[in-house]
Amino acid sequence: MLIVPTVLILYTLVFIVLRILPGDPVLAVLGTKNIPPEQLEQIRHNLGLDKPYIVQYFEYLWNVLHGDFGTSMVISGRSITADLLERLPATVELAIAGLIVSLAIGITTGFIAATKRDTKLDLGLRVFGSVTYTLFIPWLGLMFQLIFAVWLRWLPASGRIDPDVGLETVTGFYILDSIITGNMEAFRSALSHMILPALTLGLVLSGPYTRLVRTNLVKALESNYVLAYHARGVRGSRILLHAFRNALIPVVTYAGLQFALLLGGAVLTETTFDWPGIGTYLVEKVSYRDYPAIQAVVIVFAFFVGVISLIVDLIYALLDPRIRY
Amino acid sequence: MVEILSKALTRILSTIIPSRVSGRGRALVYAGLAIVLAIVFMAIAAPLLTPYDPTRRAGRSFQPPSWEHPFGTNNLGYDMWARTVYGARTVLIVVFLSIVLSMAMGVPLGLFSGYYGGRIDRALSMLMDAIYAFPSLVLAISLAVALGPSLFNAAIAIAVVYVPTYFRMVRGQVLSIKEELFVEVARALGIPTSRIIFRHILPHLIPTIMVVFSLSAADAVLTEAALSYLGLSVQPPTPDWGYDLYKGKGFVLSGYWWLIFFPGLMITLLATGFALIGEGLSEQIRRERL
Repeated sequence: MLIVPTVLILYTLVFIVLRILPGDPVLAVLGTKNIPPEQLEQIRHNLGLDKPYIVQYFEYLWNVLHGDFGTSMVISGRSITADLLERLPATVELAIAGLIVSLAIGITTGFIAATKRDTKLDLGLRVFGSVTYTLFIPWLGLMFQLIFAVWLRWLPASGRIDPDVGLETVTGFYILDSIITGNMEAFRSALSHMILPALTLGLVLSGPYTRLVRTNLVKALESNYVLAYHARGVRGSRILLHAFRNALIPVVTYAGLQFALLLGGAVLTETTFDWPGIGTYLVEKVSYRDYPAIQAVVIVFAFFVGVISLIVDLIYALLDPRIRY
Repeated sequence: MVEILSKALTRILSTIIPSRVSGRGRALVYAGLAIVLAIVFMAIAAPLLTPYDPTRRAGRSFQPPSWEHPFGTNNLGYDMWARTVYGARTVLIVVFLSIVLSMAMGVPLGLFSGYYGGRIDRALSMLMDAIYAFPSLVLAISLAVALGPSLFNAAIAIAVVYVPTYFRMVRGQVLSIKEELFVEVARALGIPTSRIIFRHILPHLIPTIMVVFSLSAADAVLTEAALSYLGLSVQPPTPDWGYDLYKGKGFVLSGYWWLIFFPGLMITLLATGFALIGEGLSEQIRRERL
């Protein structure tokens, strides 16, 4: 996929949606209280909203390219870039954990379904794969909270870490930070806070992997090279390993394509678990109609989707020796 | 147009009540239809199913499920079963509106773009791919914010997000169908292009459109629920499952499970119903092609 045009198109789209559609953003933020018109003009001028759209478009693009997303419309002078950088590690940490869980569940169930093909277990796992996909994330998350946090009291219900553990932040990735600083208490706390959100996000996104791994492994096991291995008397487990490796290639591509779903799911997971990431940031800003901040989140997400698809292409080359860049 | 519709209807009916449809696909379609129709029935017959008004106090607050209040009552003492049956109306209206809207935009765009090709096709495809690659929920959120929270605006936001799904699928199919002999014959006979597109090509796409319709309906249910969970769809006190679930979130720590379990279960059930229909139909199409 082409990163630059994709991000640019989304930038343009969100610019149009948020500026040209009906409704004055300044009035929306301030409410329709009786504000003297001169003061309104002053606020518009400070935000650069009195310039022609085309000027705003390029000015903002120029700033974004320099990593400056402007300032919040609600809390005046608050740098959006600083806010985003503070929140980003939480979202990335959650997304990676969710991805790991979904791959672990999806690949395991897919592998079992393929090796026990056409049995009851296979059917059961396939149904599991389709049903998990239509689970509503906040519902699953809240049910987990009820069961594991409220009734069983095994895990914390929400948040990212216990504030008492005194973690010194280095990278912003709490699990990594607690290892670097050797703070075992913080590590335990961060990990226990991570389990329910990661499980929620991972479970919902695991279904397609189950199906993909199953289909591809079945196809691989029926292929000619597997037959040739059998003819040469190669051990069964070794053959399975070869077929499995080949069946994983489409999974990598799919994981990349699904990254958008992962980010969308992260928004819901974060709000459900009060996880202080970009998703909760977006939802907070939505309730204030803070347009510049919403715009910034969309652009950051678009950039993410683009970068991930590039990374996927590179991993693809590592897995499939026929591809060389 | 009438002819296309009647063909589509026969097609759907022959899939639902078929003699030639085989096991698994049919079972899935039946199961999905049973769920969806039950919820549609709930929405239509809501006043018959509950004596309570979903926006009026029906008793003490926080009553657990009982014969009197099968789904319990919430913090305001509203009957949750009444909110569930009336909430079905809200979600079904939004989903229906949004799917029809996105189909009305995506299908014709895909047809013309695929048939004519050229520069406009390339530009449109790029735009649609960009939207498609992006997290649909985040896009729906920013659209809903820009339009302002209401039932109709939520439907528009969801519709825009799913236009690329229809566009890509229709365009892809048109690209291969337009090379077939019958299209060439139609062109040689001097049949006007719009007639070729709508009368000769479109009917071939109806089975696939049906599949995408039910799968995107499942996604639309989840997106609508997400928007109202985030306060971007209908405004209180209108009954809506996503909003009720959000309200229930505040009482997790008190252990009032019925405020969370039932609204979320309904969202998941309806989405599963649509998804099952879609999967059953696509299994059916795959079998026919073999």
